[in-house]
Amino acid sequence: MLRRPFFWIIALVIAAFALAPLIGEDVELRESLLLAAVYVTLASNLNLMLGYTGYINFGSIVFFGLGGYICVFLMSAHGWPLAAAALVAGAAVSLFALLFGHGILRLRGAYFALSTIGINEAVKAFVSNFEPWGGSSGLYLSTEIFTPLGGAMRALWIIYFLMVGVMGLSLYLSYGIKTSKFGLGLMAIGQNEDAAAMLGVPTPLYKAFAYSVSAFLPALAGGLYFFKSAFIQPVDAFDLGLSTEAMVIVMLGGQGTITGATVGAYLYEELRGRLLTSETFSNFQMVISGALLLVIVLFMPGGLMGWIYGRWPRLKRVLE
Amino acid sequence: MFGIVASIVDGVLIGSVYGLAAMGLTLIWGVMDVVNLTHGAAIVAGMFALYLLTSAAGLAPYAALPPILVGGFLVGVLLYWIAVHRMIGRPPLMSLLSTFSVNLVLIGLGTAVWGTVLFNVPVTLPGVSWQGYTFPGTHLLAAALTAAMAGLLYLFLYHTRLGKAVRAVADNREAAELAGIPTTRMLSLAFGLGVALASVAGMLIATLFPFTVLAGDAYQLKSFVVTVLGGLGNPAGALLGGIALGLIEGLAAPFMPVSWTLVIEFVLFVAVLIIFPGGIFAFKRS
Repeated sequence: MLRRPFFWIIALVIAAFALAPLIGEDVELRESLLLAAVYVTLASNLNLMLGYTGYINFGSIVFFGLGGYICVFLMSAHGWPLAAAALVAGAAVSLFALLFGHGILRLRGAYFALSTIGINEAVKAFVSNFEPWGGSSGLYLSTEIFTPLGGAMRALWIIYFLMVGVMGLSLYLSYGIKTSKFGLGLMAIGQNEDAAAMLGVPTPLYKAFAYSVSAFLPALAGGLYFFKSAFIQPVDAFDLGLSTEAMVIVMLGGQGTITGATVGAYLYEELRGRLLTSETFSNFQMVISGALLLVIVLFMPGGLMGWIYGRWPRLKRVLE
Repeated sequence: MFGIVASIVDGVLIGSVYGLAAMGLTLIWGVMDVVNLTHGAAIVAGMFALYLLTSAAGLAPYAALPPILVGGFLVGVLLYWIAVHRMIGRPPLMSLLSTFSVNLVLIGLGTAVWGTVLFNVPVTLPGVSWQGYTFPGTHLLAAALTAAMAGLLYLFLYHTRLGKAVRAVADNREAAELAGIPTTRMLSLAFGLGVALASVAGMLIATLFPFTVLAGDAYQLKSFVVTVLGGLGNPAGALLGGIALGLIEGLAAPFMPVSWTLVIEFVLFVAVLIIFPGGIFAFKRS
């Protein structure tokens, strides 16, 4: 693996993310890259289901939100340290996904897609009524929570590097799976599930596994994200809009490709930032992302990477 | 005791309107295997059409139904050609994404024009009192109009040549094509009908409750729940599913806060999908 160029390309991307805001301690750049790292994490994990396995997970944000809730809850109510709380959140959400995945992954196509929306909405409605988690008004962390990390200023930097770490793990996970036998099985399911099963791919196991694995890192990212804002409420945590953005990113970059998910996330974050700050377009941000997605779906379903592979087929050997 | 019965009756009245919206969604699914994610936008369009027709054009609220029905149909046919036609026969992901992106555009435009403030269309109708409980006239008329629309859809699908052709395309597109049915035209017709039903349902909902541009998502989710209860692709099931949902809401209302009914609905939604993917009221499974 170490001898493959793509391994080092990922390392370069991570290093660039980690180093860029350090030059001149650019806080504004750090914040926008933090958001980009969250997008890359969400998009590349969504890609495991959407791109590799061909299952549309509309509600992937439920992992992010539940991870955030468990992490914030463990810290605020039980005084756990960040690392332990985030890891337990990730593991718990993964387990939750494994249990649920077993049930809903028997469904295919549109039925599966609808059920993922249902799960997100069910969890959101439940958490909005769940008093130990603050119901619809949510949970707060006191500002003292940042003291063990050396004050709020330093904590923000630490969270940023941790988030870049989670992003890096997501990229290596996607890459590792893609080059493994497991990944080959997932791709086979994506192409033709019945044929894959016939050829001996244990499809129910593989699908449930992919669903569960794709939950872990988004849950960690959710923990870090909501620890950073020191506040979590159901509307933000289970916002279907964010999982939609992840889907736009995967489609924009090219489904099933790791480079696509990363470049797509970065481009989308840039575009979104520009639109939000521009006077003429700030009201039309949704219109423009919608129109963009429509054009991609109608005219270049392969996304950015599909177009690049079409022009320079040799790049297929280097970029995954 | 009678309070509970009244609450259930009222729930059923409102639920039938949800059923009407879901009929639009399920008709499109049944004919072309496309989950129409512009459904929420179509419902909201019906709401705002009612608002504009009553406040700007000065129409009586219920006189707005025919123009909304026709307008919804035309918009639906247009949407079919923009977003759906190229997706027919391709993996479900593509049509989900294309209708979804049109939804983003429409809701985005709506938000830019109207913002996210609450709108209200005042409708005054005398209610019907019975044993000390008053059933609002708007709820009764909405349910009656829903029944009329469902009856018309039934007449169209089962007693006209055109309706028969639509059903043939739903059954087997290739065989219908071989039999000389212009399938593409039937697909656009079905999509137009689906959107028209959704916008009429939106109009009726707007006579019951205040609404915002963003209300579409919640009603779209309700339509999903209803369609899943009734079986995807089954209009009669959708109406029954809507009534069942209204029954649950009406039954739960006296006993728990409204926010808990949402939990019940979505848990039911996922459970039904997993246990009975054909729907509880599935008369015929495709």
